[in-house]
Amino acid sequence: MAIIETKNLTIIFDMPNNTRITVVEDINLSLEEGEFVAILGPSGAGKSTIVRAIAGLIKPTHGEVLYRGKLVEGVNPGVSMVFQTAALFPWLTVLENVEIGLKAKGVPLKERRERALKMIDLIGLDGFESAYPKELSGGMRQRVGFARALVVEPEVLLMDEPFSGLDVLTSENLRNDLLELWIEKRIPTKTILLITHSIEEAVYLADRVVVLDKNPGRIKQEIYVNIPYWRDRESEEFLRLVDRIYSIMMGKPIATKPSRPERYGIPLPHVRVGAIAGFVELVAELERKEDIYKIAEDLSMDLADIQPVIEAAELLKFVDTTGGDISVTEIGKVFAEADVLEKKEIFRKQILANVPFIQQIIQVLKNKSNHRMPIEFFIELLETKFSTSEAQAQMEIAIDWGRYAELFVYDEDSKEVYLEEEIPESEKV
Amino acid sequence: MIYRTIPIRRVKISIIDVGIILLLFAFIYGIISTAKEWREIPTYTLNISLSPKNLPVYAWFSILRQFLAYILSLAFSITYGYIASHNKTLEPFMIALLDILQSVPVLSFMPGVILGLIAIFPYGRIGVELGSIVLIFTGQVWNMAFSVYGSMSSLPRDLREASEVFNLSPFQKFLYVELPYSTIGLVLNSMMSVAGGWFFLMACEMFTLGDRDFRLPGLGSYLQLAAIKGDTKAILMGLATMIAIIVLIDQLIWRPLIAWAQKFKVELTARNNVPTSTILMILQRSTILTRINQVIDTFMERITNRFSKKEYIERRVNPFPILKFIFLGLFLIIIGYASVRLIFLISSVPVSMWGEIIISDLLTLLRVTIAVVLSIAWTLPVGVTIGMNPKISTVMQPIVQILASIPATAVFPIILMWLINLRGGLSVASILLMLLGTQWYILFNVIAGAMSIPSDLKEAAEVFQLKGMERWRRLIIPAVLPYLVTGAITATGGAWNASIVSEYVHFGGRIIMVRGLGALISNSADKGDIGVLTASTIMMIITVTLINRFFWRRLYWLAEEHYSL
Repeated sequence: MAIIETKNLTIIFDMPNNTRITVVEDINLSLEEGEFVAILGPSGAGKSTIVRAIAGLIKPTHGEVLYRGKLVEGVNPGVSMVFQTAALFPWLTVLENVEIGLKAKGVPLKERRERALKMIDLIGLDGFESAYPKELSGGMRQRVGFARALVVEPEVLLMDEPFSGLDVLTSENLRNDLLELWIEKRIPTKTILLITHSIEEAVYLADRVVVLDKNPGRIKQEIYVNIPYWRDRESEEFLRLVDRIYSIMMGKPIATKPSRPERYGIPLPHVRVGAIAGFVELVAELERKEDIYKIAEDLSMDLADIQPVIEAAELLKFVDTTGGDISVTEIGKVFAEADVLEKKEIFRKQILANVPFIQQIIQVLKNKSNHRMPIEFFIELLETKFSTSEAQAQMEIAIDWGRYAELFVYDEDSKEVYLEEEIPESEKV
Repeated sequence: MIYRTIPIRRVKISIIDVGIILLLFAFIYGIISTAKEWREIPTYTLNISLSPKNLPVYAWFSILRQFLAYILSLAFSITYGYIASHNKTLEPFMIALLDILQSVPVLSFMPGVILGLIAIFPYGRIGVELGSIVLIFTGQVWNMAFSVYGSMSSLPRDLREASEVFNLSPFQKFLYVELPYSTIGLVLNSMMSVAGGWFFLMACEMFTLGDRDFRLPGLGSYLQLAAIKGDTKAILMGLATMIAIIVLIDQLIWRPLIAWAQKFKVELTARNNVPTSTILMILQRSTILTRINQVIDTFMERITNRFSKKEYIERRVNPFPILKFIFLGLFLIIIGYASVRLIFLISSVPVSMWGEIIISDLLTLLRVTIAVVLSIAWTLPVGVTIGMNPKISTVMQPIVQILASIPATAVFPIILMWLINLRGGLSVASILLMLLGTQWYILFNVIAGAMSIPSDLKEAAEVFQLKGMERWRRLIIPAVLPYLVTGAITATGGAWNASIVSEYVHFGGRIIMVRGLGALISNSADKGDIGVLTASTIMMIITVTLINRFFWRRLYWLAEEHYSL
């Protein structure tokens, strides 16, 4: 029997503006004994929401979470969790932080102290028992997070991007230490679930990688990693798998349901014009088709960070990505070589052809007699489809792009957009 | 495998430990002998003497009252804040109630509190003593409760989730997570509250209610009596004693407390410039206190273990859902009854009186406005100078803090002596008292605002040669405005409250008053005219709330919107 199982797990958040956002939909996932599973997905795919539902911190809207076949109500008794921020209590010492879970279980002082010290030794925090979290480096702090989660000897260890806040060397060090404890079975944990946005991390650590799609978060595909530990990141098969997973992530969403008609276009990637232009120029300089994974590495950027830039460039038809490779299009090449004014011109054309939401803004402004409109109007439109904060973000991106293309002007003080020809009230003397 | 045990501190008694033990004994003796006196000696046989011999004993009585009131405030604010932040049904009611209670001036509570407690404790002077403590409590508690509520309802998400994942029981969560998280805010608000307690000490230790005269031995009544008799020497001596006590308490209690509270900051980088305290270090090294601390820890452990057994974890549901409705029902009944009584009381106030109340309200509004404008006028340049210049800041901060801790009411009689014979003397004096009592809130906030200006902005201003007015307009005002408004909100509230002691004064054997809402409240409290007292209190609450809502909050919102960094 699976240790953890989710059945048709769906979570819908009620937003303050009376809209409902489906964060994750129909997640069917199982964690078997001895398995290390990684959930991989872009930001906004609801990765953290899934973990929190499994931990029992969030109640599923539909579907259920089972622990050893039993329905989980309230906090899941079999799990323990490592947080992205470590989530240590700043007023407790390392030892007290590690002891907290045992305290909650009512373990008597002597046994508790023994177990906590043993775990502190195991995780390499020796000598820091009486230190407070703020005296520790980020890596050491996350070690305390691990010790605190492991000391209660959970059957299931949940990890919510535990390495993403750390620098490269520190996180590598901590990953290997954790993997060692896991492979050598020095901890009684039966199964581990890792949340990550790094493909490489997922392939390096997990037996199985679950790729999520976003808006709403759904399982796109599950991939088994059949490479024995310790894995070599430079090896042929490792790179091939990373590549494959990348194309799965970037590929077109699986259409399990007929998708709703998109009124405002797909959500705009959160990328400013400058980043798009720079990226297109960079790709144009490449002689041939290039591996996306490679590009990210060359730029020493995380895939998760570069992905929205690629999406934006692709949306505007400057680049083409097929099968994990990237190449510049004809228009993209012209764009890359153009001077400032020409660039604006091309950008304007591409927006008008490919971004329905910005077209709509212009249409509305043209129809108004004074050619101006408070941005709240557009934000409210967006809010029928996005959360409030996402609607704000979408509007900001639209303004950034539209301003650059000189399609409309934005007045920060009055929070209005207007068409260029008109002289704004505030500047009439 | 061998595991190290946590080192237990050496059991060695030092001089400091002996000192601590002696202090404890003295404190216990003081409390017992005071309690005895409370029980046996009734108020009416009591005479306040202006002989300086009595000052130490009076000072002790006042400190003890403040201390007990503070303990009461602490317990109340933690309980109230906890319930308000955990019970979604009660939350809006409790917060609205707090908002109202906060703007009720201390004296308006007086008749109810005193009469009630005297009825319960008719013997000795326990009733009046408790009444005085409750009055001090009503001046201290509200902002503390707000602070606890604010902290507990804004617990960072990751900490909340961690305590849930690790299955902390509600009591453990309170003890290890929520209370620690609330500590910093609570300590800072406690300082402000206790300072407020000194401000109203005179009003809380000596008052009349109808034809009854209540006076309790203490520093406040000593000062008030000295003022009534116009005894300059006694006023100065009382004042000196009070300042000495306040400085001492600041050094011995607040400094160490603030330094200690730093450990509860949810901020994961070590900062320079953290408040430190030598006294705290000495205390932390004391063997006795370490021991006591361990005993408390073990005790807490027992309690929490009792509540964290398995079966408790499994049923987190309220076993008696009906209880909730009973409580809610009771709550509503009390509120309903109180409202009905209130309406009867207010309807007993004649129409002509209402006219007087409104005119008085406007007059006091004028005084408060002048006081706040004057405060801003001088604190803005001074605060900015101190805040933007680290050198001046290190010298001036402690001086300003000591100045600020002197309760203006104690200095008030001296000011009155100069102004009393001038025309409109009390009017000027009352504005001055409001100013003295509330300017500090603005000053401290302006200093904080000026210190928060990022150095790159300052440098940019220098590069572009922003000078004089332009520098103020472009750099300083935008940065300081949100802080200034925060300070001004507190100051305005404080000024309204101060009007009850500044517009109506017993001085040199007579009562001097100016027309104003504060005077009306004091006068009706003195005479025991509960109808007028209630009506004018409500007037004050409404005015303060309206000004906050429609002026300050908007300004704050505007400042945040445009200038927040």
